[in-house]
Formats: sequence, C-alpha cells, structure tokens
Amino acid sequence: MQFGVFSVSDLTTDPTTGRTPSEAERIQAIVRIAEKAEEVGLDVFALGEHHNPPFFSSSPTTTLAYVAARTSRLQLSTATTLITTNDPVKIAEDYAMLQHLAGGRVDLMMGRGNTGPVYPWFGQDIREGIPLAVENYALLRRLWTEDVVDWSGRYRTPLQGFTSTPRPLDGVPPFVWHGSIRSPQIAEQAAYYGDGFFSNHIFWPKEHTQRMVEFYRKRYEHHGHGSADQAIVGLGGQVFVRRNSQDAVREFRPYFDNAPVYGHGPSLEEFSRETPLTVGSPQQVIERTLGFRDYVGDYQRQLFLIDHAGLPLKTVLEQLDLLGEEVVPVLRKEFAALKPAHVPDAPTHASLVAARATTPEEVSA
Amino acid sequence: MTTRTLAVVSAGLSTPSSTRLLADRLTAATVAALRERGEDATVEVVELREHARDLADAFVTGFPNAALRAAVATVTGADAVVAVTPVFTASYSGLFKSFVDVLDDGALTGKPVLLAATAGTARHSLVLEHAMRPLFAYLRAVTVPTAVFAASEDWAGGDGGELSRRIDRAAGELADVVTGRPSSARPADPFADVPSFEDLLRGQA
Repeated sequence: MQFGVFSVSDLTTDPTTGRTPSEAERIQAIVRIAEKAEEVGLDVFALGEHHNPPFFSSSPTTTLAYVAARTSRLQLSTATTLITTNDPVKIAEDYAMLQHLAGGRVDLMMGRGNTGPVYPWFGQDIREGIPLAVENYALLRRLWTEDVVDWSGRYRTPLQGFTSTPRPLDGVPPFVWHGSIRSPQIAEQAAYYGDGFFSNHIFWPKEHTQRMVEFYRKRYEHHGHGSADQAIVGLGGQVFVRRNSQDAVREFRPYFDNAPVYGHGPSLEEFSRETPLTVGSPQQVIERTLGFRDYVGDYQRQLFLIDHAGLPLKTVLEQLDLLGEEVVPVLRKEFAALKPAHVPDAPTHASLVAARATTPEEVSA
Repeated sequence: MTTRTLAVVSAGLSTPSSTRLLADRLTAATVAALRERGEDATVEVVELREHARDLADAFVTGFPNAALRAAVATVTGADAVVAVTPVFTASYSGLFKSFVDVLDDGALTGKPVLLAATAGTARHSLVLEHAMRPLFAYLRAVTVPTAVFAASEDWAGGDGGELSRRIDRAAGELADVVTGRPSSARPADPFADVPSFEDLLRGQA
C-alpha cells in the first residue's frame, strides 16, 4: 500500500499570527514538503491544480519536474488534473514529458474542478463538466496509446495525423486515477477503463465515500477488469498529529476554526465525528485510518492533507516526521497483514511495464 | 389498511409556538381525513428550531450532518408534507428557507404538500400565495389548493370557526391527493440510473 501527502496549494493567513505567506515562500515550502515526504519514507506526493487565487499551483508539471530532480524514489501525482478545462493534447504532452524526466515516477488524478468561473476563462462551461471529462479523457488515452491520431469531437479543434510527443516512457502511459466526491458517472468512467478511483474523503461524511467506492468496485468487475475487490482505490484523509492528543487538539483548533473550506461552522469535535478528520495522537490516527478499510475494503493508496489552512512549514515538517516515524510504519504492517494475496498493489511504471511484457495483447487493446 | 407517512415541518421559533400549534391542528385534521378515506397515518414532526445550528453548519461545510440528514430523510421519504412557517419580513422565515435549501434537487418532486403560515395580523396572509406557493412550484411539489393562514386573532375563535373550516378543507384536499397515489415514492437513486459508459462516450447521456 502507498502512503503519501497531497496539497491543494492554498495561500492562507496563519490565524495564530495573522501572517500570510508570499507565493515565493509557499512555492519553496511545497518543494520542501515533497522532499521531506521522501526523506521520512512516504511513497507519494500529489499536487493540486488551480487557476485562481488564493492558490499558487497553476502549473503542476513544472513543480513536479523540479521535485523529481530533487528526489529519487517518490511517486509524483496530481490532486487533481483538470480534465475539463485543460486541452487533452497539452495534458498528454506535459505529463509524458514529466514521465520521462521523472524516470516513470508519475501518475495522475483526473478531476473536473468546481470553480465556476475557471470554465469560461478556458473557453468551457461548467454545466458540460461530465461530457467534457468523458470526451477529453477518451482523447487523452488515444494520444498516449496511438502514435498517429485522427480525431474529431465536440470540445476541441479536430486532429488529423497528430502525434503527441514525447511518446510515453517505454510505451506505457502514466497510470490514471479519477477523483470525484459524488458523481457516479466518474466512478463509472474509472471502472470502464480499469483505472483507479480516488475519493476525496475529507470534506464529506464517510457514507459518500463508501457508496462511490462500492459502485466503482461493482462496475470495475462488470467491465471485466477483475473482481470487485481487485479494483484500485485511493482515499484522501486529513490528520493533525502530536504525540499527546490534547496538544494536537489545542494546536490545530485555531486552524480548524478559520479554515477556508469548513471554518466558522461546526466545532472540531463535531467535524471529526462527521468526516474522516482525525486530530490526535499517532495511535488515534492509526486506529482511525485502519478503520477506513472497514467501509471501502482493501485499498491501494492513502494520501493525507497536512499543509492547508495556514499551517506554517515548520509544523507541516513536524507532521511529516510523526507520520514517517510513528504512523505510516504501523499502518504499512497492519494493512499488509490484512490484505489478501489476490488484491493488487497500486500500479507503478515498473509494474505496468512488467504487465505489458507478460500480456502484450491486453495492454495494446 | 394502507399506512401513510405524514412529515410535518414547523419553523416556529418560540416554545410553544403558534406555528407548531397550527401544524398540530393541520396534522390531526389530515390524519382524521385519511381515516375517513380508509387509510392510516404515522406522523413525524421536524421542528426546524432544533436544527438551526445544523443548517448553518451545512451551509459552511457543504453537507448536512447526521441529525439534519435524518430530518431531510423524514421529509423526502414521506407520503405527504405539512409545511408551516411564521411570516418574517414579508416572506417565509430564513430558517424555513434554509431547510428547503439543503434538500437535494428533485427531493420534493410530485410530493403532496399542504402550505400554512402564521403571523401577528391577517395583513400578511398573501405570503402563502406570493412566496410559499411559488417556492413549492419551483420544487415541483403538488400543493393542495387551500393554504391555511392563521393570524393571532384567529386563535380567539371569534370568527365563527372559520379557521377550523379552512383546516378541515385543506386536510381533506391533502388526503384526497395522497389516497390517489402509491405509497412512499422515494426520490430517485442517483446510483441506480447511471447511464452506460458507452452512452456517455456517444454523448447521449
């Protein structure tokens, strides 16, 4: 099982000091967070994509390529790549390029984006979100798997004799996850292609995650990619951890109370009850996280959100130390002991290359 | 004997409130009207006052918490709804509208609804026709023709029982609509009718 962190790349005022980091500071901080994730033994770093303040990450492949150069083992991913408003041709080119530079340590998570004005800024309409995600992704797959593409569709100019370069590393495109909080069509899309499904699992009650994952697993089996329990599932999660539970609650509360997404509403205790948020000791985070398996089954990837709401870099790095030293090693051991042998790990470049070598006809189909 | 579920939404703020008092009168009359038509009824009351903070939280977090989810399920799963609000500043109360705002699209489509309101004077009575009924028309609910308004003076009983007659007429209309239809039409399950991906790819869904 893979463990990692994902960032939405927000620039938020630290409510305890009133200080807002500059873009320059926050961009350097995100690189440091990614490096630290590798240093403490985590597997994945995923970065969001936004095209409006207060977010800085408009160009994830630039950041991820820089991180790739400064790390050697870390898997680089996105959270999420906007499949609706980006040109699929540019996604195909950018991420194949990144894949080469990173030596294959790249996968992507597709998302639609829920910021209304971003769509018209990129010539699209949010009401067309699902059809855009469907058409653009179908084209993206062809651009990665076919050397020469003739294509026409509803949302971009037609292509005649187009070759997306560079070709994917070793002829194997990056693995793709699809993220959605509550659109069953996106779970269906992931299942249809045998891709991964990632549930945000932060802002909403677990029942939403449970239902979406159950539906994705059922459809994964229906589309013939394997049994339902072999489908590739990833979960988000939000934690704040200190050795002592009371210290964690006391330190995180002002960040929670003023957080951009859920602040000024329910109490930290209420939100912890209603959603997967866990604020407490390493043991509490371990127990809660192991409990995710009870409602989604054996899954392949767990990403934690730890750097939002104005938390200073020093605190985030301390969070990574605690995750790497006390939380993740236990989770690795416990999850591995529970997982049956026929449930696969998350695909990596190496495993996809190996799979193609053993069953060439399936991969090229 | 068919048993129907009747959800009663009351947005009164004081305890006891005249809004709840009117809601109870309408409920008793509706249960009696259903019995006359050979049907039984179970009643579930949603006092919005108890969910005031849940509603505020739902706006901030984007999802209803467990207590509010239960209240929403009570209303969306009922065979009929009695909806009663006090008049605040020329319309239904903000608390009442907040509850309507957290319902999913289509949650009240085709649902038989009896509308009612309370206020200090009868000068506000057209709020039912100019605010409440358009709101429920937008929700595609089936509102019964008689909406019941009760001003403070109506509780004095000096109108020769006019309020009681309106309550009975509205309850009879609601019972007529309910008995003519199958039991508990639950809202559509979004996971049950996901189009096949081939249809999505062809742009047909």
